[in-house]
Amino acid sequence: MKARSGHLGHIADPGQTDTTHGETLYVENVTVSFDGFKALDDVNLYLDDGELRCIIGPNGAGKTTLMDVITGKTRPDTGTVFFGSTLDLTAMREHEISRAGIGRKFQKPTVFTRHTVFANLELSSRGEKGVWSTLFASLSEEERGRIEAVAGTVGLRDRLHAAAGSLSHGEKQWLEIGMLLMQDPRVLLVDEPVAGMTRQEVEHTGELLTGLAGSHTVVVVEHDMEFVRRIARRVTVLHQGRVLAEGSMDHVQGNPRVVEVYLGT
Amino acid sequence: MHTRGQWLALAVVAALGLVVVPGLNAVPADSPLHLPNFLIPLFGKFLCFAIVALAMDLIWGYTGILSLGHGVFFALGGYAMGMYLMRSIGTEGVYASELPDFMVFLDWKELPWFWRGFDHFGFATFMALAVPGALAYVFGWFAFRSRIKGVYFAIITQAMTFAMMLLFFRNNTGFGGNNGLTDFKRILGFSLQEPSTRLGLYIATGIALLGTYLLCRFIIRSKLGRVLAAIRDEEGRVLFTGYDTLQHKLFVWTVSAVLCGLAGALYVPQVGIINPSEMVPSHSIEMAIWVAVGGRGTLIGAILGALLVNGAKSWFTVAAPETWLYVLGFLFIVVTLFLPGGIVSLWQRVRAPSTGNTNDTPAAQRSQP
Repeated sequence: MKARSGHLGHIADPGQTDTTHGETLYVENVTVSFDGFKALDDVNLYLDDGELRCIIGPNGAGKTTLMDVITGKTRPDTGTVFFGSTLDLTAMREHEISRAGIGRKFQKPTVFTRHTVFANLELSSRGEKGVWSTLFASLSEEERGRIEAVAGTVGLRDRLHAAAGSLSHGEKQWLEIGMLLMQDPRVLLVDEPVAGMTRQEVEHTGELLTGLAGSHTVVVVEHDMEFVRRIARRVTVLHQGRVLAEGSMDHVQGNPRVVEVYLGT
Repeated sequence: MHTRGQWLALAVVAALGLVVVPGLNAVPADSPLHLPNFLIPLFGKFLCFAIVALAMDLIWGYTGILSLGHGVFFALGGYAMGMYLMRSIGTEGVYASELPDFMVFLDWKELPWFWRGFDHFGFATFMALAVPGALAYVFGWFAFRSRIKGVYFAIITQAMTFAMMLLFFRNNTGFGGNNGLTDFKRILGFSLQEPSTRLGLYIATGIALLGTYLLCRFIIRSKLGRVLAAIRDEEGRVLFTGYDTLQHKLFVWTVSAVLCGLAGALYVPQVGIINPSEMVPSHSIEMAIWVAVGGRGTLIGAILGALLVNGAKSWFTVAAPETWLYVLGFLFIVVTLFLPGGIVSLWQRVRAPSTGNTNDTPAAQRSQP
């Protein structure tokens, strides 16, 4: 544990994630525009260490753009994104952000279809990722054990040697979550994890994500309101690139503006 | 897995190439089994192309980056070796000068600085690998850093080879202009006219091909190889998994160029000439066709494709020269439409007709413990 309560201050190491002030991720005054269209307009978002946050909003609200900004795929025009109080994510490249401990699951299940489930997990595991270390890498027993454990967590223990391309849609989603777990990130950004899943798969995914919160900060972007109701503790509503409301599910659902633009029913 | 069988097959093929060919060449000339001398450098040339095809497969088949400029790396390796061969002519040239003939012809008084050191075989060999490697590294760094991919990358590699060709066509560039470098006499003191020298070059090329194959095999079976295949299939995911894909792409791109340089260096003493026409864009496209015909992402397919297409080319350009380009184009269309896995996929189909299509690359099978 880095936090040393009782002291008046501490030394923040640049390059080290510092969450002693509670929040893990600070998104402040972020604006992104594409050809004049403001995908994000002065967005603020603070995530606590270990919380599970749902981000909802209609199509085009800027949810995916927000993920892109946090993971370095898109640079904001203005505003800052800090991981802990020392890592400026807007100045880092995708692989650096990933190594710093932010994992991302894409909207469309994105796995290496021609590799086996095992190889997918192996490639995602922590550790050296440079050219030479991968050229001469050999799999340790410990790593193999971790791969099997994670495969168990996401329910793919029996499919370890199947090509990822042969998995069902739901299994691919889980594999991708498993790949995130192999990275053991501090923050998991999960984009529409239950799209196209059967009810049973949705249930399993819900348990999986709520189980991860606490030891990880989990951010779920989702359209499926029933699913959000089931797992959400705090909800942020985005609309036209702005934060419309934030709070508990009940609080958000009671907000007349939210009802107007999104929840409707 | 059938690894033992693969090694056995490899040993048989290597023995066939390295023992049987020289053996048949050694039987008396009146025997029907005799392999005529003129075929040895031709076979050696094919083996050089097979090295190029392996290099191509590494970058295209496994990493998904289509280069249509590999002819440049091949030619640069060839030029480096050609410069050594020019220097070993000594004063036996037409003008009996210390300088290569074309320099005398251009009325140059002394050797340009960039020709220095090429009197030494070791230096020339080093440059044959280092120059293509360095060019590829710099070119690749800019291209991959700007995230240039797919057809755009292929097009700028075509532009690169075309630009280099124009550069080498100029007399003032210092490599013999459009005539290139030729009239070689000897290599390491051995006369290039001697059948034994040619056989030696053939064997050296065979060993180089074997070494290249083993190197490529090592790379694609390592974790790095799995990263490369992952880049090919889903680069975004690889980036967000924490890999700096720029470095991995740059590595395999540079290795591929160095291997082409090696092939070029072995090619020039066997064919006796290197000139800028090796850099015409269509040559580089042909290299991609070899791999496509043989089968991408299999290594063996690349070798087979290079040998088959070039064998066919040799036959057609003698039997019916004007038809060759049509044959090549037709072959490419047929393979693209009906046999996307290339010739090797025929064999896989025969062997396992019922398995699905997902395991068509070794990548999918490799991580089996």
